[in-house]
Amino acid sequence: MYTEKVIAEFTNPENVGEIADADGVGEVGSPACGDIMKIYLKIEGDKITDARFQTFGCAAAIASSSMTTRMIRGMPLSEAWEFSNADVVDALGGLPPAKVHCSVLARDAVRAAINDYRTRRGLEPRETGSSRCCDGAGCGSKPEND
Amino acid sequence: MNDQDQRPVYMDHAATTFMKPEILAAMAPYFSRYFGNPSSLYRFARESRKGVEGAREAVGAALGASTDEIFFTAGGSEADNWAIKGAALANRERGDHIVTSAIEHHAVLHTCEWLEKQGFSVTYLPVDEFGRVDPGDVGEAITDRTTLVSVMTANNEIGTIQPVAEIGKVAHDHGVLFHTDAVQAVGAVPIDVERMGIDLLSLSGHKFYGPKGTGALYIRRGTRIENLIHGGGQERGRRAGTENVPGIVGLGRAIELATADIEGHNRRIAAMRDRLVRGILGSIPDARLNGHPTERLVNNASFSFRYVEGESILLLLDARGICASTGSACSSGSLEPSHVLLATGLSHEEAHGSLRLTLGDANTAEDIDYVLEILPDAIGRLRRISPLTPAHARIPEVD
Repeated sequence: MYTEKVIAEFTNPENVGEIADADGVGEVGSPACGDIMKIYLKIEGDKITDARFQTFGCAAAIASSSMTTRMIRGMPLSEAWEFSNADVVDALGGLPPAKVHCSVLARDAVRAAINDYRTRRGLEPRETGSSRCCDGAGCGSKPEND
Repeated sequence: MNDQDQRPVYMDHAATTFMKPEILAAMAPYFSRYFGNPSSLYRFARESRKGVEGAREAVGAALGASTDEIFFTAGGSEADNWAIKGAALANRERGDHIVTSAIEHHAVLHTCEWLEKQGFSVTYLPVDEFGRVDPGDVGEAITDRTTLVSVMTANNEIGTIQPVAEIGKVAHDHGVLFHTDAVQAVGAVPIDVERMGIDLLSLSGHKFYGPKGTGALYIRRGTRIENLIHGGGQERGRRAGTENVPGIVGLGRAIELATADIEGHNRRIAAMRDRLVRGILGSIPDARLNGHPTERLVNNASFSFRYVEGESILLLLDARGICASTGSACSSGSLEPSHVLLATGLSHEEAHGSLRLTLGDANTAEDIDYVLEILPDAIGRLRRISPLTPAHARIPEVD
């Protein structure tokens, strides 16, 4: 059900871990939903110079986080804010419909990290699209289909 | 290590089993040689009829039932639907209340929910932390409107075996019918419908090395039950449709093999399963075994690993050729993780981090070694990615 790219990105994710002296940190999701994404940004001037992540979640969530951090590195903040989950989905060669919310979560985590950076600098946080738990779409093989 | 990467280790026997060659061989003549319709009168159809009746004897013998109490179906789900809808509808003038448990298979739960829409009421009994139903709770839930109690023999996700004989006694003491979904239990739990007070019992061929699309419902003689599938006069007018003759023959051979030496089979599988459980709990911190420590199916090892999610575990195992399953919502297209794990009191996080390994007759000691080598590394990798992992739960990387 996953593309080769998703499996490859999930199996060998890049940019895993914390940034101890991050300029902005964004965390979205909850354990109850089965997805938590935390994105750390290092920002110089107006540019993202480093991006790392930690994710609790399914393969799509881990692959989306990894791909997102790779894509936003080097981006100006304004561009990273406009960065869309569709860009992640495209870069992964597509996601199953029930897993698209994982890419939305990644975008939300980036926005949360940028807002954290703004808040630390005494700026107003920007309006984010709200992130919801799974959207009822669900995040397979499951015993209920035994 | 490339060979090892591709090594297929199947540990999802609760989902389905491979078919044993001798079962396939028993079925083979009934596809094209003895293709006759068992209902036909000519002599040629006699072989088909004999095949079906031989299988009926085998199923009856395996359950301690008479052959005229065994009815073939197209699987376990049909048997569950028939038992519950059939008994509820046939006894409607006597009552409209059903007692079942919160951890039943969806073939039972969704059937009960459908009956609720038709005006029946259903009590879903809770289970303890090990997944056991308290027979005392069954007695308390029964009212003068209750006509049926349905509690599974053993659970498919966590393997917990229910006190079926005690529940059957409680039901009968109250004059209520007792159905049990024994789909996971046949071949692992010795069944005697008399001793256990069972009126209706569902089973499924592909859970014990028989063919998919085959099942049976045991109906105690004299039990009031409506038909589910209407049509021709097959199965003595109780279940219409031309018999799946090869499938039924396969089911019969499969149940003979599965129940020939349950004790010996259990000893062999349990030894492997216990080593697997000890190995995993010994090498992975913050892991727990779900289900009952002793009252569980011998082939079931269900775990929860904190800080990680089950679908991710499955995919890492799959990359190394290990087939398993999980109760995480993220693998199912549903919002909620496993209803069974939540009913035993697990948190959502623990339910999301569940992994079920179910052993079968082809598994070997080498398979156990292989899983014990691969699984801790998979959990370790995911824990290194997870923001939830505390220092004590990290697993050192192996090169």
